Amino acid sequence: MSDDIIIAKGLTKVFNKHLTAVDHIDFSVKNGEIFGFLGPNGAGKTTTINMLITLLKPTEGNASVLGFDISKQHDDVRNVIGVVPQEYTADEDLTGLENIILCADLYGIPRTVAKERAEDLLKLVELTDFKDKKVETYSGGMRRRLELACGLINRPKVLFLDEPTLGLDVQTRTATWEYIRKLKNEYGMTLFMTTHYLEEADSLCDRIAIIDHGKIVVVGTPEELKHSLGGDIITLSLKDDPDVTELFHSIKDVKDVKKENSSYRIKVENGEVTAPLVIESLRRKGYTVTRLMLTEPTLNEVYLEYTGKSIRDTEESKETFKTQRMTMWRARAR
Amino acid sequence: MSKMNEYHPSKFHGIWALTKRELKKWLKEPIILLMAILQPILWMGLFGKAMNIDNMFASANFGNINMPNLTLPGSYATPPVTGYITIPGSQISAMFQQALANIGPNAMQNIFGVKDYFSYMSVGMISFIVMFTTMFSGMSIVWDRRLGFLNKVLSTPVSRGAIIFSKVLNAGLRSMFQATIILILAVIFGLQVSSTFTPLNIFGVYAAIFLLSVGLSSVFLALALRSTRQETQMAIVNLINLPLMFASNSLFPISMMPDWIQVIVRVNPVSYLTDALRQLVILPLDSSLLMFDLTYLSIFAVVFSFIGIALSWRFLTK
Repeated sequence: MSDDIIIAKGLTKVFNKHLTAVDHIDFSVKNGEIFGFLGPNGAGKTTTINMLITLLKPTEGNASVLGFDISKQHDDVRNVIGVVPQEYTADEDLTGLENIILCADLYGIPRTVAKERAEDLLKLVELTDFKDKKVETYSGGMRRRLELACGLINRPKVLFLDEPTLGLDVQTRTATWEYIRKLKNEYGMTLFMTTHYLEEADSLCDRIAIIDHGKIVVVGTPEELKHSLGGDIITLSLKDDPDVTELFHSIKDVKDVKKENSSYRIKVENGEVTAPLVIESLRRKGYTVTRLMLTEPTLNEVYLEYTGKSIRDTEESKETFKTQRMTMWRARAR
Repeated sequence: MSKMNEYHPSKFHGIWALTKRELKKWLKEPIILLMAILQPILWMGLFGKAMNIDNMFASANFGNINMPNLTLPGSYATPPVTGYITIPGSQISAMFQQALANIGPNAMQNIFGVKDYFSYMSVGMISFIVMFTTMFSGMSIVWDRRLGFLNKVLSTPVSRGAIIFSKVLNAGLRSMFQATIILILAVIFGLQVSSTFTPLNIFGVYAAIFLLSVGLSSVFLALALRSTRQETQMAIVNLINLPLMFASNSLFPISMMPDWIQVIVRVNPVSYLTDALRQLVILPLDSSLLMFDLTYLSIFAVVFSFIGIALSWRFLTK
């Protein structure tokens, strides 16, 4: 058997016959890695995950999870995967333990085994003390951990995490990452996650696919992606905002110039050497530099490089918006 | 190292797990149960007792009838006498009152089939309970969708049909439980059980309630499958419930209604539940009528639960 746990070929989803959410994407996820889908809101991340977990039928193309066809072998796929959805899906009226047992029942796990596993999982996500409290009393972080525990009850080979830290504060987010790492080490699982937080992708994922407008723009390890930019980035602003793109191109070592609003992003091999040259040549032409920033490539740069804009206004479906708002609201409620 | 999940859920297992969840939620909120029971009690009090229809025909309502003395020629009497005979007015009014006293119950008996309206309408309240309980099963799937619970369940190997069926089953069990309370209360408040009633009839009562619950909740669930807003669902349900309630025999007998409403009443499954319950509890049992009612309810339940489950296969995966 090949080492790839998930293989997607030409996976496509078109909503209402004209809205292409996912556009012929190909990728594969290796055994035991954390694979991240990174992209702005509305890029098609959740749609992709929903196809892989068999909630949505692909319009075209196909994918397999652990060798099971996602369009034909629904039940086999569902049986071997764990899902931690974007929303808090636990039933608020039930206790934490009851929720986990309910999940176990849905997988047909016998009661004795379920109880054993539930205790283990509660310990793992440190909810043992709260297991008999109603979920409505849980904080956002606790709910997320409960979702993790529920997603693991069937000992999945692959765990799907959709925006695992949406709406959480920085501390809780960092703690959640710790749990995810722990899970991966403890159970030797393959993880597929989506996120729009760059630092999350950078710190958690072994490999990242940047997705935008339903297409995968680039795939690689965070390091590879950073190196792919081929050097440092000089960001500078000029007084009166003149158009000097041509001038930059004439400078040696300048690889690429992009104008973003009123600032320029200049890609260079070695920023420390080239930056003085740039300033020098600008001054010679009579331009005044008002601001200059030299950055070593971070995932942020990679992201902007491939998705273009820093902030994205997207028109999302009302339903997505509502559920997201509700998730955020509940995360912050207590 | 993790192993593959070695267990597979059976159909029954999934249905039971989800039904248990619903029942647990229900038991944890006794206030919902209380509300669900209070409403028909209010109806029984305000409609059954306050609007006391059988009293409208009671003799006292005709006031004191003061009859004058009646003087007749002696030839009217048998055998004829000469001169005149006089019947005292008080005696005539006494006879009149007595006649009127019989008209009331007779009219009730002829129109409603029983002598008191309270018995008649409190049985109708059981249908009311079933309608409102099943209505909420439709609402609950909208909530599950809104909160993401539905998506989670859909990503587990549990059968799609089980998701719908657990809600149907839940509605049935709840209706039966609430109906029991209402029936007991009705008896305490003065429901008169017919002479043909035996404890065995209770099984028939439950069967009829369960059948209508299955059918109606399938209808409401089918309507709610694609809905994402409770408001829409609420509006639809209200629109349906009003005619279901009033174009049925729950509160008034069919014979008093205009022809075109009678047509609706005759297809309305609620009428068949009400009639079956009346046959079993307050009327002298007519087995052939009861069999017809139960058959109609069974067909309704089977047809709509199949439609519901078929639609759930179609619509729960996009």
